[in-house]
Formats: sequence, C-alpha cells, structure tokens
Amino acid sequence: MKTTTAITRRTAMAGAAATLVAPAVVKAQGQTLKIGSLLPRSGFFAQAGQSMHRGVLAAPELLKDLGYNVEIIHIDTESNADVARTQAERAINDGCHVLTGAFDSGHTLAIAQVTEQRQVPFVVNVAAAPQITEQGYKFLVRNFQTGGQLVTNGLRLIKDVMDAKSIKFEKAVFLHANDTFGTAQRNAMDAIWPRVALPIELVEKIAYDPRAQDLSVEVTKIRSINPDLVMCVTRASDAIKMVRDMVRQRFQPKAIISPGSPGFYDEEFYQALGPLADFVLFGLPWANPKANMTQAFERAFVKANPNNRFAVDSFNAGFAFEGMLIAADAFKRAGTTNGPQLMEAVKATNLADHVMIGGPITFDAKGQNPNIGSALVQNLRRVPTVVLPKDVAVAEPVLPFPAWQGRS
Amino acid sequence: MLWSLYANVLVQGVLTGLVYGLMALGLSVIFGVVRVVNFAHGEFAVVGMYAAFVLFRSFGIDPFLSMLPIAAAFFVIGYGLQRTLINPFVSRPEHEQFILLVGLAIIMVNGTLMIFGPDARSANLPYSFDSWEIGTIIVDKVRVYAAIAALAVAALLFAFFRFTATGVAIRACADNLVGAAVVGLDVKKLYALTFGLGLACVGAAGALMVTLTDATPMIAPAFTLLAFTIVIIGGMGSMTGAIVGGLLIGIAEAMASVLIAPSMKTMASFGLLVLVLALRPQGLLGRRA
Repeated sequence: MKTTTAITRRTAMAGAAATLVAPAVVKAQGQTLKIGSLLPRSGFFAQAGQSMHRGVLAAPELLKDLGYNVEIIHIDTESNADVARTQAERAINDGCHVLTGAFDSGHTLAIAQVTEQRQVPFVVNVAAAPQITEQGYKFLVRNFQTGGQLVTNGLRLIKDVMDAKSIKFEKAVFLHANDTFGTAQRNAMDAIWPRVALPIELVEKIAYDPRAQDLSVEVTKIRSINPDLVMCVTRASDAIKMVRDMVRQRFQPKAIISPGSPGFYDEEFYQALGPLADFVLFGLPWANPKANMTQAFERAFVKANPNNRFAVDSFNAGFAFEGMLIAADAFKRAGTTNGPQLMEAVKATNLADHVMIGGPITFDAKGQNPNIGSALVQNLRRVPTVVLPKDVAVAEPVLPFPAWQGRS
Repeated sequence: MLWSLYANVLVQGVLTGLVYGLMALGLSVIFGVVRVVNFAHGEFAVVGMYAAFVLFRSFGIDPFLSMLPIAAAFFVIGYGLQRTLINPFVSRPEHEQFILLVGLAIIMVNGTLMIFGPDARSANLPYSFDSWEIGTIIVDKVRVYAAIAALAVAALLFAFFRFTATGVAIRACADNLVGAAVVGLDVKKLYALTFGLGLACVGAAGALMVTLTDATPMIAPAFTLLAFTIVIIGGMGSMTGAIVGGLLIGIAEAMASVLIAPSMKTMASFGLLVLVLALRPQGLLGRRA
C-alpha cells in the first residue's frame, strides 16, 4: 500500500486558510459580543423606549446564566431618525458587533441603511412596518410581527373572544392615531377587515392627532354613533384621554379592544385611571406566562428593575431581551464577531426556548420570524392578564365591560 | 341628532379656548411691555403643571387652590429671571434673545424629564370624571371650573392694569418707554414686575391645564406653539386679543374635528393663523406698528 504524502496546492491553500482562521475562532470564543442597543429613551417615544431599556438591563445576567457572554452598549436615539442613523454609525465605529432596536419603524429603517453598508447584523426587536423586511436587506432580521400580522391576529382574537363569551357586537368604530404606526394599522385594517368577515358593522374610522390635548370631540363623535365595540390604535397618553372622556361623557360601550397597539398596558395608564383602566382588551404578541424562559426573565427583570412591574413591561422588555438572546446565541454558534459570518448564524437561529408566545424563533428568507403568536390580554385589577388563547391563558375574559360607575 | 353633536362640541371648544387664552395671556403681557418673546413659554406652563401635580399628590391640594401659590411662586421666579438673566438681553438683537430663551426651554424640558421621567402624570381629582347633563349636552365639571378660573385670573389681571398705579405705570412703559423713563419711572423694576406677572399667568394656566390633560415634558413645545398662534391671531401685546384668540382657536379646533376630521383640528388653527396674517397682520385686536 502506498501512502501519498505529497502536498497538493489545494491542501496547502486549505491549511493556510485554517492557520489564518483558527486563531480568530479561538480568539472569538474568549471574546465578548458587544451589542449596541438603540432605543428612543428620550423624546416622543421615551416611555416605550424606557420600558424596552428595562428589558435590556435585565438581559446580561440571564444571558450569563444561559452561558452567553455579552457586553451591552446603551444608546439613546432621542426619538429621532437622524439621530438613530448617526448613533448606529457611531456604535459600529466604537466596536459594536451587532445592533438591536429600535422600537419605531422609521428609526429602524434609518439604522438598517447603516448596518447594511457596514455589514453588521441588525436584530430588530420592535418595529412593525412591512417594508423593513421587504427591501432585501441582508444584514437584518426582525423578531416582531408586521403591521398586517398584528391586525390580522388582533381581529382573529376578537372573533375568538366573541365565540368564547357568546357575545355579539352590532356596531363598531375604529379610532386610530394619525402617526406612522396608526396610519399603517389603519391601512392594514382597510385591507384585512373585509377578509376576516367578522359579523360586525364597522360604522366609522376616526383618525386623531396624537399630540392633541384631549380627545373630547372624538369621543363626542363616537358617542353620537353609539357603537357597542370601540376598536382603537393608540399610545399610552391618548388611551388615557380616550377613556377619561368616555367616562366624563357617560359613554359605555360593551368593549374596548385594540387589535394590536400599545397604550393600554403602560404603567401611566394604570396610574392615571385606576379601576377605570380595567377590562380593556388588546390583542398583541405577549410574554408567555407559562414558559420557563419567561419566568427566568421575570426574576432577572425584577432584580434589575425593583421599582417596575414585569407584567406591565413584559411586551417591550420581552422583545428587547429576545433581540439580545438571538444575537448572543448566534455569536456562540458562529464563534466569531465577523459581520457576514455572524449574520449567517443569526439567519440560522432556531430557539425553541424563549420568552414571547409562539413557536421557535426562526427567520425566513426575508429575515422575518414567522412564528410569533398573539394573545388577547385584559387588564384585570390593573394587571395585564392573558385571557386567550386558552393554552397560555391565566384567566377568563370578562365581557361585556362592567359599568364605569361604581368601580373600585 | 346632529345639532346636539355640534352643541356639545361648541361648548367644549369654548371652555377649552378660555384656558388656552389664559395660557397665551402671559406671553402677550410680556411681549406687550418688555418686547421680549418668551420662547420658553410652554415649558413654564409644563413646570406649572408638574408643580400642581406634586402639590396634589404629596399634600392633596386641589389644583384649583394650588394655582394661587403656584402663580405667586412663578411671579417671584419671573421677577428674578428678568432682573438677572433676561434684562441684559432686552436691548440685544432678537436672535440673541431667541437663543437665550430656547436654551432655557431645553434645560427645563430635560430637567423635568430627569425628575419626572417621560410618563404622563395626571392629577386624579375626585371629580375628574364628573359631568353635568343639560338636555342632550354633557359638560365636564373640570372643564367648567377651569374656564371659570381662567376668566377670574384674566379679570384680575385686567383690573390690575386698569385700576392700580403700578399697572398704569407698566402700561405707560409699554406705550412710550422713553417718556416713562423721562418722568422717572423705574423701567427695570416695571419690566421685572411684568415678567413676573406674565409667568404668574402661565403658572396658573399650567395648574388649570393639569386638570384637563396629563403633564409630560414633551408637550411643552406644543404649548409654546399654541400660545404663539393664539397671540398672533389675537394681536401681539393685546390682552383681550389673547383671550379672543384662545376662544377662536378652541372653537375652530373643536368644530373642525366634527366638520372635517379630528386629525385635521391643528390644521384649522394654523389655517386661521394664515388667514389673519394675510388679512390683518397685526392680529384681530392688535395695533399697527
């Protein structure tokens, strides 16, 4: 038997490549992944940005327990797309290997242009505009539902709760903010409402200015229509104004349901309205109260943020944490901080154990996670509580609403 | 019933407009006499809101009562501010005054953000959610109280300028600065008193606003813009113009919400502004320069 010991050109090239790459892998294994967390912690979106930030603050300890080594750089985008773009550039210059963010779709798109150019992975934690994953970005994945998915799932949950409680709604009004998010939700509603064929007459769609001092005129208009269901897409301060004016004007619908928007689960909503904050429903992706990872994350959250309630922050904080988890897990598998290689690992993510409701975290060819579920959540005793679907619910939905008067 | 909808909306517009008017009154008073445009006006209103919120949450003092000590405190702050910070800028170019007051506004917004955070803060009065039903018209209690309080503060201010020696002296400064100085009036002191009175109005308006809407640092620029719009419509420096401008804006916004679309109500106030600037640049009750 003849043993060949001759070194071919191909073997030599492979050996040389291995010699070059091996130290990098070894170095990466001892290295820490530097994640830039871009969030609007001041300005118009500060309330939500701070809520997400609390999730980011809780992440390092839990990630360490899970065997991931990360360093997080906290960056404020000041609720401004231009600032988001320049801060993304700066974060990469300062050595961030991955960026996560950015709550607002406009900010997210601004950051995506930078990460694409610099070939740095960008894990989108909250941002619903469909075009984020429709523009062919190679260095971006989104672990959040699109606006269309939010509305579709939200409307489906309205149907489910009607069936579950054997309740009928005759007339509905759709009230929405006329900002980027609210208008996108309105467009999604226009497209999806006829398809879901809910047995409800949608009488009117009312757009309002989210910077208005009150919504008294809007509520007066709704009251004159007298619907039994009010569907709305709001932010926290608008949600407070809306409920306050409904109570003042003695308008009592059977239900207020948001088919996919923030506003009703923010601490300021509970603080401002007390018992009047109860029984409002919203269909959203939500933290799975029965998942082990959620329970572990809740413990880390409470330790990092002793003055905040996890139940209230679980939507924002949960997605913020999952963004970090996706990046850390990809780094562990890739063994390198090299942008293109790390991005390959991000795209190959398959995380069955995570926080939010839904199947494993995976990404399709466009970088969209198709497995995120929605829950119907109801405020019960000032705590957002999952009431549907049944497999993750921890309480029964209460419908129709008890009267505003006499609540305590 | 359509008329009932319009009647409800009109009443809301009038009541909100009166509070808007009070807020703009401070800006008009300061500009009318000192000739300095307070670009931190909305920020002072928001600080007034937070002051009322803190007094209510900590000591249970109703904002309709706390508006008095808040107005007094704002008077002292305004007096001190004019004597120390603003006075050196009175004779300087307008862009320097602008930079000074915008800088002050930024400090105030970020200061309130650091102290109170970005969340909306509201004074949950026991009667916050109460209303009167008059036929088919529903009127919020707090809105009525706020409008009455705004009218009372405005009446006091009008009386001060009309019936007191100091008020007359301030008006003399506004009408003829050189003449006032020649007859021996202490112009610097009168300027400081005016700035104090202007801020007292804003403080009182802030305390009233917290009964109607929630306090957040980020609404301050919107308040400044609103006050400017009202003052320009009513006439820069005219106190009656500020109240009339506030009423017009309140009614225009409310009616536009019903007749056009709720999201268009801000457009209505700016439409009104453009119309006034085109047809009567000095404002409805302003005097030609």
